[in-house]
Amino acid sequence: MDSLVERFRSGDRRALARLITRAENRSPGFAETLDAIYGSTGRGFRIGVTGPPGAGKSTIVDGLAAAFRAAGDSVAVLAIDPTSPFTGGALLGDRIRMRCTEDDSNIFVRSMATRGSLGGLARATVDAADLLDAFGYKQIMIETVGVGQAEHDVMTASDVVLVILYPGGGDSVQAMKAGLMEIADIFVVNKSDHPAADRLVDDIEQMLELRARRDAWRPPVVQCVATERRGIAELVLRIENYKSAREAAGDLAARRRERREAQVRRAIEEELALLLFEKSGFQDYITRELDRRRPPYAIAAEVVNLIKNSLKHAI
Amino acid sequence: MPSESFKKSNEVYNKKASAAKSREDAREFTTISGDPLDICYTPQNSPDLNGGGYDDKLGFPGEYPYTRGIHPNLYRGKLWTMRQFAGFGTAKDTNERYHFLLEHGQTGLSVAFDFPTLMGYDSDHARSRGEVGRCGVAISSLADMETLFSGIPLDKVSVSMTINGPAAIVWSFFIAAAEKQGVHPSKLRGTIQNDILKEFQAQHAWLVPIDHALRIVIDTMEFGAKEVQQWNTISISGYHIREAGSTAAQELAFTLANGFEYIERGIARGMNVDEFAPRLSFFWDVHLDFFEEIAKFRAARRIWAKTLKEKYGAKDPRSLLVRTHAQTAGVSLTAQQPENNIVRVAYQALAAVLGGTQSLHTNSMDETLALPTEKSVKIALRTQQVLAYETEVAHVVDPLGGSYFIEAMTDRLEAAANVYFKRIAERGGMVNATKEGWVQREIHRSSTAYQKAVEDGRKTIVGINRFVEEDEKIEIPVLKIDPKVDEISSDNLRKLRERRDAARVKKALDGVRAAAKNGENLMPRFVEAARSYATLGEIADVLRGEFGAPVEPAF
Amino acid sequence: MTSEKIRVLVAKPGLDGHDRGAKVVASALRDRGMEVIYTGLHQTPESIVEAAIQEDVDAVGLSILSGAHMTLFPKIAELLRSRGAENVVLTGGGIIPKEDVESLRTLGFARLFGPGSTTDEIAEYIESEVGRRRAAANH
Ligand SMILES: Nc1nc2c(ncn2[C@@H]2O[C@H](COP(=O)(O)OP(=O)(O)O)[C@@H](O)[C@H]2O)c(=O)[nH]1
Ligand SMILES: [Mg+2]
Repeated sequence: MDSLVERFRSGDRRALARLITRAENRSPGFAETLDAIYGSTGRGFRIGVTGPPGAGKSTIVDGLAAAFRAAGDSVAVLAIDPTSPFTGGALLGDRIRMRCTEDDSNIFVRSMATRGSLGGLARATVDAADLLDAFGYKQIMIETVGVGQAEHDVMTASDVVLVILYPGGGDSVQAMKAGLMEIADIFVVNKSDHPAADRLVDDIEQMLELRARRDAWRPPVVQCVATERRGIAELVLRIENYKSAREAAGDLAARRRERREAQVRRAIEEELALLLFEKSGFQDYITRELDRRRPPYAIAAEVVNLIKNSLKHAI
Repeated sequence: MPSESFKKSNEVYNKKASAAKSREDAREFTTISGDPLDICYTPQNSPDLNGGGYDDKLGFPGEYPYTRGIHPNLYRGKLWTMRQFAGFGTAKDTNERYHFLLEHGQTGLSVAFDFPTLMGYDSDHARSRGEVGRCGVAISSLADMETLFSGIPLDKVSVSMTINGPAAIVWSFFIAAAEKQGVHPSKLRGTIQNDILKEFQAQHAWLVPIDHALRIVIDTMEFGAKEVQQWNTISISGYHIREAGSTAAQELAFTLANGFEYIERGIARGMNVDEFAPRLSFFWDVHLDFFEEIAKFRAARRIWAKTLKEKYGAKDPRSLLVRTHAQTAGVSLTAQQPENNIVRVAYQALAAVLGGTQSLHTNSMDETLALPTEKSVKIALRTQQVLAYETEVAHVVDPLGGSYFIEAMTDRLEAAANVYFKRIAERGGMVNATKEGWVQREIHRSSTAYQKAVEDGRKTIVGINRFVEEDEKIEIPVLKIDPKVDEISSDNLRKLRERRDAARVKKALDGVRAAAKNGENLMPRFVEAARSYATLGEIADVLRGEFGAPVEPAF
Repeated sequence: MTSEKIRVLVAKPGLDGHDRGAKVVASALRDRGMEVIYTGLHQTPESIVEAAIQEDVDAVGLSILSGAHMTLFPKIAELLRSRGAENVVLTGGGIIPKEDVESLRTLGFARLFGPGSTTDEIAEYIESEVGRRRAAANH
């Protein structure tokens, strides 16, 4: 395992890929590995890309990747797709769109399945991004599942969030209602080859008028035709603007701190859940009590009390 | 209105018949496309052909709406063209096969190109390695085209060329080769497939993004109408859609919708519909579901004729005709017990003929193993000859017309197609539906459903999920491609590049680039490039440079 | 809470664009609980191998109908080996004559699936072979 970290440090992409797998699988020792590389993170810039299905997220990511490569930056992509709740399987098709990877090994694309995680990302997405960051990738893009509902995880997972919308059909309006307005740092109206694109831009601008943000940033709206890579240059510019504005205001660091807080909380939750429901006898206890027709909240209260008491002893 | 006594006996019958349903096995009594079938068709569940119904729905053969066929006397006037698709190895190898086929009574030629050619790469391109001459003939320039038709008079034999992405370029090679034989373009008869929409939907042998590709297709339509008047400029193809796994209704609907798209774009180019519509032909799959296939051919003719007349205002009766080439379903053949394929193909051929096709390719039994041998190609051709000359089925036009079942099925397919036309319109038309990948996902849904039905035993494939022979030894010989074709073709190209007039090539390619940019018709530029011996890859590279690469929609 | 999903890359090498089989297999493997990465059409051996490495897959399934398998399949096997990924299960399907199946067996393709194979056969093969190799790697 240590040799894997060594190989990772020496720039072996296979080791990187394997470590992502270990993080996804929560394999023994994965947490120590992530802590071991933690010191090398913080150099990459993380771009979240979200929006309804079929909006063109992957196509935009491909366009951005090409632009970043042309500017000399190394690029990594995490593309998240849903796991079927029935079979546990997943079809990860975002790679089809990433044509620019074909003859360029400085682009690293990793497809991830949600494996039951609900916030639009996989449980290990932040870990995988950390690995990519520590490996040295400069631009790290995270494409969410895009099931149309709010995918708030992407906000803490990334330094900037692009919300991709497209004209025609009600998907985009639906997505805005579901809370995509609040998490967008930059709006992209993709498929602007469609006649209704201008209207969508208007709609977004109007909604922006009505909404307050906790910071002073006003999300710009960029029009793109991703399949023809039109608008990508402007998008890159907007991302850079955003980055320098945030850095100047000092709140990029705050956002990153939130990410770490979330990560710590999440790790605790995961460990505790593991402890409570798999490693201790609580699960059996719950089942037993339910069988005795004891009501659910009473059981929960009892379990929590037990834990509280044992914590008192510990602290 | 059925009489009371009819109603009564029908009820009695229905009771009896459903009581007697087989409990034998898992078989599902549906069409191969999964549509439910009644046990028996009567005037109750088929269209009313009395009164105006006959004229409206059927008409006489050769009469609007052409449901019963596009010619008054169909095969009495002229048997269908027996056209076996062939091509492998170098142009020289294939030329020999063509001479063989013509000697055995084949009446038209049909060129299969290898994948590099279909994708617009020269034989010596890095991506061509291992693929040259494998699944068809390698044609990289006019020189290869001259060899391909050496000793074959191009004003006498009609030639069909199955190519799409670079169709316009390869057609230009053909026109230039004919010129060399002293044959004027107006004398040429044949077809280029040139149906780029279904490439994006099903087969993916493409060159440039869909909008640019469509522009080139319309260029060929326009050029053909003026210069090569007897040529079929598009063979609107359901074949590949079906082979990709669609149902019969999807094949029908998507193919016709693609056709309407070409019509609309031709009109938008400023042409009169009657200038180019008569030169559009069709290419259908003939699958195993005998009656469904016959009904499909009939429904296609009716829908096309009605739409061309009523929606697009076509006046020339030739614009209304679905002239059809058909090919037996490659996907229906099995690698197991391959001789059984001869039987499958024979049934399919019969369906195509009863459906009124103008031209037919019968697959060879060994196609799921490798390229067909001469022997198996000959059997496939003989299958058609037996059908044409021994069975007597070709003497009567549309012999199944008026059958309760066939008419009901024809109506049902027409209705299913209409539902699809609506859904396509809702998605902003066929081009948009294709860009979004919706058409592809519809096809995939059907292919997965069929695969499941076979794996569950609801549908039977002899030799695959029933009547399987364990440890079967496959005894039929397979054709081997000389591994040296790569080398030979590359060598030919190298020599060609040395001997041609480099300045003329450059000038011709610049001409192509200029036309690509300024929007003028590309065809004259392609023909000039062909004459200069510019290669396929060189011309295609100009287009790729100007237009970029095609985009594969999401899965 | 460790879970080791089987990850499979389904790829179409070469120039033929017939993706019916690849897509049917990809869907079927997904339904068997695997994580299936689909690369899209017209892939070069280099891009397939790079994708297999980046995605850290347990198996690669290739689908080809163009007759170029004797050029492309061995190339993919060789590139995987040179990247130290020889443990990846390599399999494929398409129109592959018997003699070629024999030759490919010695080149890293222990099993190929011809026309008429069921998706269950393919899934079971991948499951058992990946299981075997994982067990061997842990010992
Ligand atoms: N017309 C048009 N289609 C686009 C554009 N961008 C993407 N598409 C198509 O939209 C579909 C979905 O794109 P994809 O990037 O996979 O969307 P995602 O689901 O959000 O990742 C694909 O078929 C793309 O080709 C665009 O700018 N214009
Ligand atoms: Mg996507």
